Amino acid sequence: MGLTYRSSGFGTNRTDFFRGSSTKADFVVALAGNPNTGKSTVFNALTGLKQHTGNWPGKTVLRAEGRYIYRGMVFKLVDLPGTYSLLAGSVEEQVAKDFLCFGKPDATVVVVDATCLERNLNLALQVLEITPRVVICVNLVDEARRKKIHLDIKSLAEELGVPAVATAARDGHGLDRLVSAVADVASGRIRTSPCVVRYSGAIEEAVLKIEPRIRELVGSEFSSRWLALRLLDGDRAVISAVNRWLAREEKAGRVTGGEILA
Amino acid sequence: MSRAPLAAGLEELIREVERVRPIVARDFNDQVVGHIYARAESIARKVVSQKERPKIDWDKRLDDILTSRMFGFPSMILLISAVFWITLAGANYPSELLAALLFRGQEYLADLCLRLNVPWWAKGFFVDGVYRCVTWVVSVMLPPMAIFFPCFTLLEDMGYLPRVAFNLDRLFKKAGAHGKQSLTMSMGFGCNAAGIIACRIIESPRERLIAILTNNFVPCNGRFPTLIVLAGLMVLGASGSPAATLVVAGMVIFGIGMTLAVSWVLSKTLLKGVPSSFTLELPPYRRPQVGRIVIRSVFDRTLFVLGRAVCVAAPAGGLTWILANVYAGGLSLLGHAAAWLNPFGKLLGMDGFILVAFLLGFPANEIVLPILIMSYLATGSMTRLDSLESLHMLFVVEHGWTWLTAVCMMLFSLLHYPCGTTLWTIRRESGSVKWTALSFLIPLGIACFVCFLAARSAVLLGLA
Amino acid sequence: MPDGIISLYDLPVGRSGVVSSIHADGLTRRRMMDLGLVPGTMVHALRHSPAGDPKAFKIRGAVIAFRREEAEKVLVEMREERD
Repeated sequence: MGLTYRSSGFGTNRTDFFRGSSTKADFVVALAGNPNTGKSTVFNALTGLKQHTGNWPGKTVLRAEGRYIYRGMVFKLVDLPGTYSLLAGSVEEQVAKDFLCFGKPDATVVVVDATCLERNLNLALQVLEITPRVVICVNLVDEARRKKIHLDIKSLAEELGVPAVATAARDGHGLDRLVSAVADVASGRIRTSPCVVRYSGAIEEAVLKIEPRIRELVGSEFSSRWLALRLLDGDRAVISAVNRWLAREEKAGRVTGGEILA
Repeated sequence: MSRAPLAAGLEELIREVERVRPIVARDFNDQVVGHIYARAESIARKVVSQKERPKIDWDKRLDDILTSRMFGFPSMILLISAVFWITLAGANYPSELLAALLFRGQEYLADLCLRLNVPWWAKGFFVDGVYRCVTWVVSVMLPPMAIFFPCFTLLEDMGYLPRVAFNLDRLFKKAGAHGKQSLTMSMGFGCNAAGIIACRIIESPRERLIAILTNNFVPCNGRFPTLIVLAGLMVLGASGSPAATLVVAGMVIFGIGMTLAVSWVLSKTLLKGVPSSFTLELPPYRRPQVGRIVIRSVFDRTLFVLGRAVCVAAPAGGLTWILANVYAGGLSLLGHAAAWLNPFGKLLGMDGFILVAFLLGFPANEIVLPILIMSYLATGSMTRLDSLESLHMLFVVEHGWTWLTAVCMMLFSLLHYPCGTTLWTIRRESGSVKWTALSFLIPLGIACFVCFLAARSAVLLGLA
Repeated sequence: MPDGIISLYDLPVGRSGVVSSIHADGLTRRRMMDLGLVPGTMVHALRHSPAGDPKAFKIRGAVIAFRREEAEKVLVEMREERD
């Protein structure tokens, strides 16, 4: 599952030759999605040959990065591991959620499969909990058309509260609109209003108790609701990630949180 | 600014979380996932509409054949054999053409050296050593790779590989291994090092190690041409014919059988445990992008593997030439080594030269056959070698090969040990010297044992 | 166990069922749920592997194969109608 050529091909042995690139990017864009959604096709189509691969720090998980230029700005595209969810806690999922939260990408593209939207929305909704700056890329619309599945992209965008673009990445269809939407979201030209999944009463109450304390600690840097949910889920990795981030911020001498450093 | 207030803040936060958690901890995750999926469902209901079903469900139609009880296994064997056959039949002619062309280059270079008064040892080292080994690697490897990789990528691109995993999972489960091991094996057909890296998709450390330790038994692209050439040699005159295909396919199936057997033994001994959970998505079949496949597999795979092989072949060719031309006591160093290894080689149905070639070919399996040819040429009288017929001449007539020699060399090549790159990758991925050593010793032991068994029984039965 | 509730493994090929509960825990449970196997989900049994096990199911538009050990941990309520 999720075994693609690039995730295991010879490229992974070539990493060292390409490490470190000098050009600075104006925006960092994360690319998330389920396995088998054509995420790699989107990545390849956008970045062409301007990509390099390596491992995520300390993990044996492939990290691929690429660049593209749009409207005179340089976009760095970071390909996250293909996962069905961000909740099960596998190494791939940890890498993906760490980057979405603490990597603070300027925009995140969630690639979803038009032929089975429902299961792909699971991941999309979870990403929206972490970051509001999301563009939904509804890929494989050509396959969906062949299967006589009709999608109302406009109402999908309304439901999720973020831009949605239909693409057939294999043939390059819709990619121009995708990069344009990404640029709008990354630069702040479009402000999104992502939908929020409400849970049962008890969970919401607990979140209400925890969330303000998180905001005190990290300010509005991260989604405090998502952090609260993860802490309630007993996710130790998130705690240590917050800890690492706090230490780094302090070292950099940046002001974090409200009252503590006031 | 001190670290204390923030750390204290975090600690207090965690204390608060611990206070609140017990109220919600029970089935927290279930509730969260349930709610998210419920929301996904309601959104999908509003967004997706399907007025009519497609007339033909191609995925189902294809799966009805490719994963059916009746046709599942036969179609799998047929597809794999077809790929081998296309490779065998298609590679033969371009291989000969390339060999002839590059050999003419060698003659031209030798001429040039003569005219420029290049000392004999320099000419020997560069032309008879480096150049000859590189050209052999190119002419033996390039055509089969340029055909095999696109064919294989085609199957991969269409979504067939997960079906292989689905079909074969029962066997892997019985062997105590993970179903996704068949995917890592498929990757191993291209390159074992890539197959080792692919083992990352197996989450359970126990099953991942099993997959890593046994990946060597799928013939990688470096050994595949060796099998093809030797199979062609065995059924000379009918190369590219069904007979040679059968031999190669038989070898591959034997390798798969060995993978399962070794996995089973490992999961009963060194890597005891129960199979972990297994879920596999069978994605829809996709229309392959033929053009892109060809480009991708030629540039990314073929040229990369070939480039690596050439890098190794050049120094190895030079070294072989030195070994074959530095004399000590009337016999070249290579001759000494071969003579010393000869009894052991004979025991395994081969000879000393073949074992030396395997030893020198440790950095990359693709150079084993070229090194062998070079060592034979250095001790034989033949100079021109550009077809299977002349190879037959060299091996069978001049060096006394029988069908058994070819079979034993194929078996040894199939089983022996992972190449240097692969071992380095195993060390990196497993992070353990012990498992790296075992991934070298286990295959070596098996290879020696199987070859010994094959050679002895053939002799005892009076077959050779 | 009420009538009509069977394990996912016993769901005959060609029949559908609705997930009533999942009796796996730890990572396996989370994996299953991530694939959309939450209570109330409609599951359709598609086919056996040629060797009998694993078995493939249609879950929320995707085809997912489970080994017997996993499929037995999911209970479903069989739907009467055939499609």
